[in-house]
Amino acid sequence: MDDFQLASIVVSTIRNAPVLIFAAMAGLFAERSGVIDLGLEGKILASAFVSAGVAYSYQDPWLGIAAGILASCVLAMVQAYVSITQKGNQLVAGMAINIAMSGLTFVVAQYFFQQGGRTPDLGEARLTDIVLPGMSAVADLPFIGWLYGSVIGGKTALVYLAFLLLPLVHWVLYHSRFGLRLRACGENPHAADAAGISVQRTRYTAMLIAGVLCSFSGAYLSIVQSGFFLRDMSAGAGYLALTAMVFGNWRPLHTVLGCLMFGFFGAVQVQIEGVDLPVVGRIPGALIQMIPYVLTVIVLAGLMAKSVAPKALGKPFVKSR
Amino acid sequence: MKTTELPRWASGFVLPVLNLLSALLVAALVIHLLGESPLESLQILVNSAIINPEGLSYTLFYASTFVFTGLAVSVAMKAGLFNIGAEGQMYLGGLGLTLAMLAFDASLSPWLLIPLAMIASAVFGAAWAFLPGYLQARRGSHVVVTTIMFNFIAASLMNFLILKLIPEGDQNPASRVFAETAWMPRLGEWFPALGDTPLNIGFFLAIGALVIYGVMVSRSPWGYKLQATGLNQHAAHYAGVRISRMIIVAMLISGALAGLAAVNSILGSTHYLSLNFPAGAGFIGIAIALMGRQNPIGIFLSSVLFGALIQGGFDLSLEKPNIPQETFIFIQGLIILFCGAMENLYAPAVLKLINASNKASKG
Repeated sequence: MDDFQLASIVVSTIRNAPVLIFAAMAGLFAERSGVIDLGLEGKILASAFVSAGVAYSYQDPWLGIAAGILASCVLAMVQAYVSITQKGNQLVAGMAINIAMSGLTFVVAQYFFQQGGRTPDLGEARLTDIVLPGMSAVADLPFIGWLYGSVIGGKTALVYLAFLLLPLVHWVLYHSRFGLRLRACGENPHAADAAGISVQRTRYTAMLIAGVLCSFSGAYLSIVQSGFFLRDMSAGAGYLALTAMVFGNWRPLHTVLGCLMFGFFGAVQVQIEGVDLPVVGRIPGALIQMIPYVLTVIVLAGLMAKSVAPKALGKPFVKSR
Repeated sequence: MKTTELPRWASGFVLPVLNLLSALLVAALVIHLLGESPLESLQILVNSAIINPEGLSYTLFYASTFVFTGLAVSVAMKAGLFNIGAEGQMYLGGLGLTLAMLAFDASLSPWLLIPLAMIASAVFGAAWAFLPGYLQARRGSHVVVTTIMFNFIAASLMNFLILKLIPEGDQNPASRVFAETAWMPRLGEWFPALGDTPLNIGFFLAIGALVIYGVMVSRSPWGYKLQATGLNQHAAHYAGVRISRMIIVAMLISGALAGLAAVNSILGSTHYLSLNFPAGAGFIGIAIALMGRQNPIGIFLSSVLFGALIQGGFDLSLEKPNIPQETFIFIQGLIILFCGAMENLYAPAVLKLINASNKASKG
């Protein structure tokens, strides 16, 4: 492989990762509070469709993003009501939301746009790239031009937001009062309760934050990456984000690294399709597609790292009397 | 006397029906918002899925597949495992069956071919469920996450393998059609009223599987151990159940049943392996297990309900373009939400009602 291919793999890794980072950070908030968030996929799909639909109809990407946040938060609240108030099975609630949204987004897209469950191309209503100062000045320099122009610069606001989330989430989780309470609810809700923290309210708040963060993932998919909504376009990104989080042992930095790794394999898969490699020959894309999943199973099996999930994860909190 | 616990008829029948009605009410609201009449839609649905004999025959054909995936999810659930991987296990079951048929369909008689297909699909399905089961039992990796991963791995693997199975000169991502000796006999041959539909003897296999499941789970010592594992692992352990072995065995049986679902849909209908042939039947199995509360009669009734939704939904989408087939994926999600995650939504209200009527009959 020559340098050019490696360069484009780096650029597309950065382009692929935000979808996963937003969703994984959303999952981090929910799960650190003790609620399993299997419904990431459904929330991504809902916000991808609503963002694209509203952005197209009003020709305004920011309005689209706002509408996507609303859609994702409504679902997060349904999930929270079932998991926290009703004390239902959180896995089942997440699955149900994923399946329901896979159907509903298609039906509504078809109803409004009559294009086989797709929204029209957003055209001008897509989010535009931010032009950094001095980009044209360094464009001709061999390495710096590429680094500044294609790796750091020329991205939409959502990409920068995704990468800014890492320090932000880290600070909130580990250095803020809310983060301490959040983690207490996920590790030992009875102790948190005894200390006067409302476990229910903390978990609801965590789910709401997760709803907002997860909506960016969907908005990024439809109004940044592709420029339209397509049926089931999330294609497992929600599950992959969840996996990145398990991979990263529910820690922000490691989770983002997991997301970058999955983004990298996605980029390699596109690059390597149909290319003759030295020694191994042609590797089918389907097999490369498999790598992140196989890696995850290996990690889950405890062969690479020991999994340390929040102790009260998935257990509805019943106040002791 | 005031009761604090619901009687069996209420928790086993009244609650699921109330939950189902809630899900359908939300669905009716969406259909209304799409500008169609919910009542008229229901009429079309019932007519084409239940009343019309040919439609009923299609309904039962779909139901036969769903019985197997529903049983697969149920067996695992009885052991306290949430097997989301029925889709992948069914996919691999189809691969096993296809490899067996491609090798033997020219040389063996139907009497041997169909049992062979069943064994092959069950073995492949079980093999695909083994690793998630093993990892859960021995290494504590959560079976939900591993089975999700195994669904994705199965899909990528089949995307790759199907290329090797496409006959030369063909474009479709599918294997060759099996010889006619390997086709499951269709019930329409004996009951012409059912018409030319894919309903086949797989339906009786499904009924047989339901009976065996019922006897094994609720009437045998093994079933007692299985349920004990699911209800309280620690208690079961002290009672002498080997928990990790139980988990692995439950996952193997679950995978085998999911694999067997391929027999009805491939040997009974298409007669070849095609890309994505399970078409979500594994996920519908989750809904069926939850709605049927892992009870054989419940599983049968919910399988027929989902079969009817698929068949009736197909006809409905032809008549009402605003209600495409995908509407039923949405309804499926709603049913899972109401019947699975919020199963006790109406329990306090029903309990109050029972207590009130008890008081009234006494006073």
